Amino acid sequence: MSMADTIYSLASGAAVGAVAVLRLSGPGSAGAIKLLAGSLPPPRHASLRRLRAADGETLDHALVLWFPGPASYTGEDAAELHLHGGRSVIAGVMEALTAFGLRKAEPGEFTRRAFLHGKMDLTAAEGIADLIAAETAAQRRQALQQADGGLARLYGGWTERLARLLAHQEAAIEFAEDSLPTDLDAKARFGAGKLRMEIEAHLADARRGELLREGLVFAIIGAPNAGKSSLLNALVGREAAIVSARAGTTRDIVEARLDLAGVPVTLSDTAGLREAVDEIEAEGIRRAERRAEEAQLVMTVFAADQMPDAETLRWVRPETLVLVNKCDIKVPCGEISGIPTMAVSARDGTGLEGLRARLAEVALRLTGAGEGSQLTRPRHRAALTEAVALLAEAEAATLPELTAEALRAALLALGRLTGRVGVEEILDIVFRDFCIGK
Amino acid sequence: MTGTDLTFDVVVVGGGHAGCEAAAAAARCGARTLLLTHKIETIGEMSCNPAIGGVGKGHLVREIDALDGIMARAADAAAIHVKMLNLSKGPAVRGPRAQADRRLYREAVQALLRAQPGLTIVAGGAEGLELDATGALVAITTADGQRIRCGAAIITTGTFLRGEIHVGEKRFPAGRVGDAPAIGLALAFEGLGLPLARLKTGTPPRLDGRTIDWAVLEAQPGDDQPEPLSWLTERITNRQVSCGITATTPETHAIIRANLQSSAVYGGRIQGVGPRYCPSIEDKVVRFAERDRHQIFLEPEGLDDPTVYPNGISTSLSEAVQEQVVASIPGLTKARILRPGYAIEYDHIDPRALTPSLEVRQVPRLFLAGQINGTTGYEEAGAQGLMAGINAARRASSGEPDAIFTRSEAYIGVLVDDLTLQGVSEPYRMLTARAEHRLSLRADNAGLRLTERGIAWGCVGRERGARHRAFAEAVSTALARAASDNATPAALSGFGIAVNQDGRRRSVLEVLSLPGVAMDRVEAAFPWLRELAGPIRTQLEAEALYAPYLRRQEAERRLLEREEKATINAALDFDAVDGLSAEMRQRFNAARPATLGAAGRIQGVTPAALAALAVHLRRDGQRFT
Repeated sequence: MSMADTIYSLASGAAVGAVAVLRLSGPGSAGAIKLLAGSLPPPRHASLRRLRAADGETLDHALVLWFPGPASYTGEDAAELHLHGGRSVIAGVMEALTAFGLRKAEPGEFTRRAFLHGKMDLTAAEGIADLIAAETAAQRRQALQQADGGLARLYGGWTERLARLLAHQEAAIEFAEDSLPTDLDAKARFGAGKLRMEIEAHLADARRGELLREGLVFAIIGAPNAGKSSLLNALVGREAAIVSARAGTTRDIVEARLDLAGVPVTLSDTAGLREAVDEIEAEGIRRAERRAEEAQLVMTVFAADQMPDAETLRWVRPETLVLVNKCDIKVPCGEISGIPTMAVSARDGTGLEGLRARLAEVALRLTGAGEGSQLTRPRHRAALTEAVALLAEAEAATLPELTAEALRAALLALGRLTGRVGVEEILDIVFRDFCIGK
Repeated sequence: MTGTDLTFDVVVVGGGHAGCEAAAAAARCGARTLLLTHKIETIGEMSCNPAIGGVGKGHLVREIDALDGIMARAADAAAIHVKMLNLSKGPAVRGPRAQADRRLYREAVQALLRAQPGLTIVAGGAEGLELDATGALVAITTADGQRIRCGAAIITTGTFLRGEIHVGEKRFPAGRVGDAPAIGLALAFEGLGLPLARLKTGTPPRLDGRTIDWAVLEAQPGDDQPEPLSWLTERITNRQVSCGITATTPETHAIIRANLQSSAVYGGRIQGVGPRYCPSIEDKVVRFAERDRHQIFLEPEGLDDPTVYPNGISTSLSEAVQEQVVASIPGLTKARILRPGYAIEYDHIDPRALTPSLEVRQVPRLFLAGQINGTTGYEEAGAQGLMAGINAARRASSGEPDAIFTRSEAYIGVLVDDLTLQGVSEPYRMLTARAEHRLSLRADNAGLRLTERGIAWGCVGRERGARHRAFAEAVSTALARAASDNATPAALSGFGIAVNQDGRRRSVLEVLSLPGVAMDRVEAAFPWLRELAGPIRTQLEAEALYAPYLRRQEAERRLLEREEKATINAALDFDAVDGLSAEMRQRFNAARPATLGAAGRIQGVTPAALAALAVHLRRDGQRFT
């Protein structure tokens, strides 16, 4: 261990502000603070200090906070310097720290250290990463929940219950002669079923958490010249897509990000659907249809002054949002293929407010708006799905050792989310819950 | 013994269960072996309960037998009450157990050892260890000044390190009751500076069976068809006896509560940690206060010995209180105590100081086996003795690689891995829950799993070797036939076996794995099954039953194997690994895992610590994926 294991980085982001926060972590933190500020302030108290470089030059007057490990964010000795936010002040202090032998942190290194020192489990560490990457309010809420251990508590609770089920099953196997309760086998299978149903309910979330974390995709499709690009531009309030009177202007997918009620949504404008005139347009149409298939919501756009075209009509389904554009030119029909339409005009803005509200409503419904603890990563889903299958196996098993085998495998699957449960923990439960020793 | 130095390949110190297996195994491997023990007449003594085997323990005994060890054969010769535990459960967790006549067991062990070529037995006490300049063991010195040069030595002296017996408020230094503790050797051990920890265990008072009112007690007979522990035993020939069952009463519990201070444990005179699966009656009454009865099995210690072992009331209460406790139990109101129960507290060596061949890491050629390593039980001791014996013989003769089983091969592998990697926090007992590969590590297939390895190591005699190969051949022929012979769904329904009428032919193994299908119907469909000998059919049924699970375990095993290939340099400085907490460093330093797989198995090691170690190994230029 040396100064080189001690890292620093700007915690307050790259933009210039009134205050910039530099964070230090590692065994050399205390030494670095003493060199920089003369002495170590009392733990967890903000103290105003003069910071000096190695040659004695004053760098800044700054608030210095000292967090001795393990009661720090990373679990190591750590410190924070609240500097004046000028670029040269920050650069000067960083240079001094480098000169003392510290190094700049890799991205995510503080959180990784916290994880390595057992300050948080993997789901909480993921939450921190998501929190830093959060673009919208709902994403932030969800990430904060997870960073706070929302998922860790939920999964930890399940892991604990599962460990107990396994322990009781093991007790029945190991200590059959110890006049234990006779219904342990049946209880283990019943408990497995109960737990399976709870995890299934958690999984039956229509991927809300994952969608919120990744962001939604809404695709706009329709015939050439129906005004799809104009609609995209009108919704995002800027000229994101090139608009012209020529049919077939948009050939590839044009995307713009939108914050809808706190949910990040990517609007995808696509090539118009028609018999392609050349290879490039044909590829654009293929891409349009692929994007429409991946999207959580498809908006089909028809032009009020034209008959609905067959290519676009194929995409009109009960869950599709059917828009009729150019309602400023002609009164649109209220229904296409039995689905009520929304009349809009990208040109004069008619109906856009209603459309925005409708899109926000869909976005909230699809993501749950970050309320409640929902799983946020495919990794969570994979482990939980495996656990559900194994719990079903435990319920159906005809012999206690097979129930135990399935429970043990399910515990391993959950352990991938929350950390492993070893045989000693299982035995602890056995000996705590039962009087063993005939 | 006199004058000039003696020379042996292997010297075994201690004639308990570890020592006997160690001496016999080393001699079977061709090592000129000396068994040095205080009293020849107590070789093979069962100092605690008179039973061998059980769930987990029975698995170990069968494995010892598969390697041609002596424990199973001796137990069969002495068996007076035999029971297959967990008979209602699947074959993987069935545990064979034999209660033994203590005298017959002792005699059988001594006869087997006397008949072992290459083994010399001498009464005497080891006093010192002589190391050469490199720190390796070269000789053992005895109390009477004899120097015995040896290629390797195995110390199996049980609870001799600061052993102390407690009966109520009385205490005295001792090994087993009546044995002198080995003071000189204990000092020599202390001189080595090995890590020590303190444990305790206890026994119940022994009762005079002639003073028990058997008529009022429920009798528990053994199995009608007692199954021998050893593969070489044709059948059990001793007369079989029943055990009695009784239980403590609220009055018993009141007596204990009123006299807790007289208990050595509750009086604060014992600090060692006791086994949780074998608590004293004081412990049970205190910890499970809501229970008003605890069952007691009354186990006869011999056919012509009136001593009865009341299994379930191990205690360190004073003798006077023990009298009252016994008198408060139905059937025992007039029972006479022959010897009071006692607790024994002792130091053991932290087995993490040993390599997986049970050799002391810092003293080459010195091996430790048995209770000295923190285990409890004859079977755990015997299994270690066997492995130490084989390894000591190999060490003494040449540079042959260590004889080691992995966790997926044997309970012995689980035992040694647990001890040398995790250490112990209580007297260690085998449980099937400790074996990840429980479904394939069965008591019924120990020979199929291990005997071939034993033959390669040279510890399996010719008779067993030949029988094993014939049997293994027959099993593999039957398995192949059962995998290929098949029938259509229609044909199966014709025999009353309900399967999906999907036109897919089912093999015999698949049919056997269907739940709830009666064996006679399967036999009707495939008549050749009737021709198979019982043990072969047992293998077929077990393999079929567990087949889907065994496939999954096989996948897990391969995954583990990959981690096992990531070796950790023996000189690695764990303090230099980035990102390890102080606690993790301490765990790694104590166990010194040899592979990444072993590191991951250490109790309490977090996934994060393992990741940090893996990163370090990769940085070190070691590949492990």
